[in-house]
Amino acid sequence: MSATVNAGKKAATYVDDRFASANFFKRSLGKVFPDHWSFMLGEIALYSFIVILLSGTFLTFWFKPSMVEVIYDGSYAPLKGVEMSEAYASTLDISFDIRGGLLMRQIHHWAALFFVAAISVHLLRVFFTGAFRKPREFNWLIGVGLLTLALVAGFAGYSLPDDLLSGTGLRIAQGIMLSIPLVGTYLSWFVFGGEFPGTDIISRLYAVHILLVPGIILALVTAHLIMVWYQKHTQYPGPGRTNENVVGYRLMPIYMAKAGGFFFAVFGITTLVAGLVTINPIWAYGPYTPDQVTAGSQPDWYIGWLEGALRLMPNVETVIFGFTISWNIFIPAAVVPGLVFTAMALYPWFESWVTGDTKEHHILDRPRNNPTRTGIGVMALTFYILLWIGGGNDLIARFFDVSVNAITWFLRIGIFVLPPIAFVITKRICLSLQRRDREKLLHGRETGQILRLPHGEFIEIHGPISVEERAVLLSKPEVEPLALPPTEDANGVKNKKAGRNRLRSRLSNWFYGDNIPLPTPEELAAADAHLAHEIEQTTPVLDEATALRVGTPGVIADEGVLHDDPKLVAAARDAARTIEAERGENKS
Amino acid sequence: MTDNSPTPQSSSAAETGTDVVARNQGHDIPGLPPHRPRQTDIDPRAAKRAERQVALMFLASALMTVLFVIAFVQIPTTDTWPVPFFNATINASNTALGVTFGLAIFFIGAGAIQWAKKLMPDKEVVQLRHPLKSTQQERDEAAEVFWDGADESGFGQRKIIRRSLLLAMGLFPIPLVVMLRDLAPGPLDLGVLKETLWEEGSRIVTDPLERPVRPADVPIGGVVSAMPANLTEVQHEEGNLNARAKAAIILVRMAPEDIQSQQGEGWDYQGILAFSKICTHVGCPIALYQQRTHHLLCPCHQSTFDLSDSGNVVFGPAARALPQLPITVDEEGFLIARSDFDQPVGPSFWERDR
Ligand code: HEM
Ligand code: FES
Repeated sequence: MSATVNAGKKAATYVDDRFASANFFKRSLGKVFPDHWSFMLGEIALYSFIVILLSGTFLTFWFKPSMVEVIYDGSYAPLKGVEMSEAYASTLDISFDIRGGLLMRQIHHWAALFFVAAISVHLLRVFFTGAFRKPREFNWLIGVGLLTLALVAGFAGYSLPDDLLSGTGLRIAQGIMLSIPLVGTYLSWFVFGGEFPGTDIISRLYAVHILLVPGIILALVTAHLIMVWYQKHTQYPGPGRTNENVVGYRLMPIYMAKAGGFFFAVFGITTLVAGLVTINPIWAYGPYTPDQVTAGSQPDWYIGWLEGALRLMPNVETVIFGFTISWNIFIPAAVVPGLVFTAMALYPWFESWVTGDTKEHHILDRPRNNPTRTGIGVMALTFYILLWIGGGNDLIARFFDVSVNAITWFLRIGIFVLPPIAFVITKRICLSLQRRDREKLLHGRETGQILRLPHGEFIEIHGPISVEERAVLLSKPEVEPLALPPTEDANGVKNKKAGRNRLRSRLSNWFYGDNIPLPTPEELAAADAHLAHEIEQTTPVLDEATALRVGTPGVIADEGVLHDDPKLVAAARDAARTIEAERGENKS
Repeated sequence: MTDNSPTPQSSSAAETGTDVVARNQGHDIPGLPPHRPRQTDIDPRAAKRAERQVALMFLASALMTVLFVIAFVQIPTTDTWPVPFFNATINASNTALGVTFGLAIFFIGAGAIQWAKKLMPDKEVVQLRHPLKSTQQERDEAAEVFWDGADESGFGQRKIIRRSLLLAMGLFPIPLVVMLRDLAPGPLDLGVLKETLWEEGSRIVTDPLERPVRPADVPIGGVVSAMPANLTEVQHEEGNLNARAKAAIILVRMAPEDIQSQQGEGWDYQGILAFSKICTHVGCPIALYQQRTHHLLCPCHQSTFDLSDSGNVVFGPAARALPQLPITVDEEGFLIARSDFDQPVGPSFWERDR
């Protein structure tokens, strides 16, 4: 042991002589990170990406990104002798003739699905808790960029094996390119090296897939993590947590073990899934040919919403001055996603402009405490889910035995009607949760114990809330809508910006308007005193009552606090007998 | 880097538990409650048990790695295993390798997490944050260094240098873009985009068996995928699928009185109609024909075309009718095209109607 310690010391000295790294290590290893399950979502994304890099590198050793036609002569009997591209043939080889090749392919594909899923849920966590607020707006922006690139990487990878499904996906992508006004035809001509499908696209996508996009993702992930490190992680409100501190565990040893272990857990689970569940069985689809298609084919899940948008759009096309514009394709496949991603990217600046909030925020919001933001989020999510359902309208039609037309029309209307409804409902739920929080502070926790008073009235007994909960509830941030600006200043000069500020103030009132404020300190003190009094009064009654069994008429008691004082128990039994006798009389 | 050094003073303050650490709207927010020891902190036997659990997981991982190597050497990639309860088989090699390797990795992770949770200290530590902005003085100093440097460079005064540099910088990426020109083989060839292999007299053969088609081969209500007879030859000559992506057609036959309209007078042959198989939406091949309604449905986004009515769209996102191919028979009695399509097939594009 001491030999290893000595060797370690020597190595550390060697490094420090050259880099003066001791201080850096001291600070880094002792760095504190807060702990919460929702902070693992970003970790899952990161670890899936590492798994993707490892498995993808494996695949490159055998995959041939070539569209040259070859005759297949591998182990998969049903396709022996069939003409296909070298890309497809080499993917079959990876699947059937390279030991562990199928496993690596399936690890790669599953990890890609988990990657996009983890990024998406991580993004929702960041949105609904307001973690994107100052000073973290740029990390939000990087996150939106990462999501976009993940979709591109996934689509490019899905297209590489050149099977029937991936070729059909590329055909759709080319059709979408063509719909871009003015430059679309050129774009397609350049991307495909001439007509569709040509013989260049697979090798070009290959460079994009294994070098360009992963390289940018890697750079952005690095920047993302450096920012988290430098600005320190946000934390949820709670006892001891303030906007000026970080409460949690040190990197060494807790997060070394936990995060390191979690990487292995993610990698292990992905591998298990890849061993047990088939994904993208390209041999079943056959090689790509532009004149065949399989019914009911579905893209990977993260493309579903775009597919849905394409399906729902009414068929509008116009010819202006002899130029053709396919609104039916351009709007759902280019304009809608463009707007969605732009809105997402700019949201932090929108919110801080509306609210006039320029403070640093290191304590996360509970979603209920910002009902408008939460409502906007649920509204966007509803929109996304409706599009996603649209992407599977044929499957749904078959499954529920309704017509595709009916579903399509329902969604065409629903896409405009349901999101605003979701907004209103969410906002209301948030506000009633806020109200309940306030109730809790003022009247304590409902114990679930109901007591019948001697004169027959039933009351529910309240208990004090825990220190943790009290800290969380009392951390509810104060919000102030912006005041209406004066239209003229003290000297009677017209305020030129008044119009814009008026709009901003209206928006801010809309944003914060219905907030349920915390009780004032005086109200809370009075409530605390009242609760203490109530507890003092009810405790003896309750002690007696809980000695009775649950179910005894008039008393519903929590068995957890049964007393073992024999005298009390005897008294309680007597009381119960009397009550039962009474009940007997009542019945007869 | 900021100063992240552990600050023992700040952590001890929080440990007392009830201290007020912050105020919000006049309320005191309670500090960290006292640390509650875990079973493994107070009971040495529980700690020992946890230690054994962790070690066991690491050992299980090692065992799985050994099993992986055995499976790799022993199981051929083409072996299959039956799946109990499902009437199916799975790839034996993939399953064995995935399960052993997966567990080998997973147990390392599970062991480490268990170790951290049960045996490493779980007392929360407090570190202070520092405001992220610099002081005004620091900002001023940084600005000064910048402007001093800028002045020394003379970037501001030496106009001609500045302008010529900007010009050079503005121009130098141009070659990078220009060189992308040869991504495309030549100028945009609209002719190629608007033509297909079909021409007057092209014989129609079935796809994929490539048999010439006599009218009698297409019964009423029948549907046949077809292509021009020289397609395979051209495909091999050109070494790509471009011709196939445009020339694919579908033949259907209906009672002549069921035909309500066609894109050209008499473009059918005795009720046999030929339509492009490439969807006018974004180009999927269309496959699903309902003979009762004469509707052809695209499986990609459910555009539906009425083949008895000029191939017009009756539902879905496609905006244009499927192009119809005029056909007849040659002297041997086989179906042939009378010309190419009179419009581009497949998805619309900007110059389509020029
Ligand atoms: C950045 C995130 C990435 C994503 C989301 C992703 C996703 C995918 C997907 C979905 C496939 C289709 C797999 C199939 O079912 O056959 C694929 C194929 C492939 N990927 Fe990736 N990939 C990524 C990065 C990489 C990297 C970094 C490499 C190489 C270093 C790589 C190498 C490959 C290769 C060689 C193929 C084709 C072989 C095959 O399909 O079996 N990928 N990728
Ligand atoms: S490609 Fe046919 S409906 Fe979209």
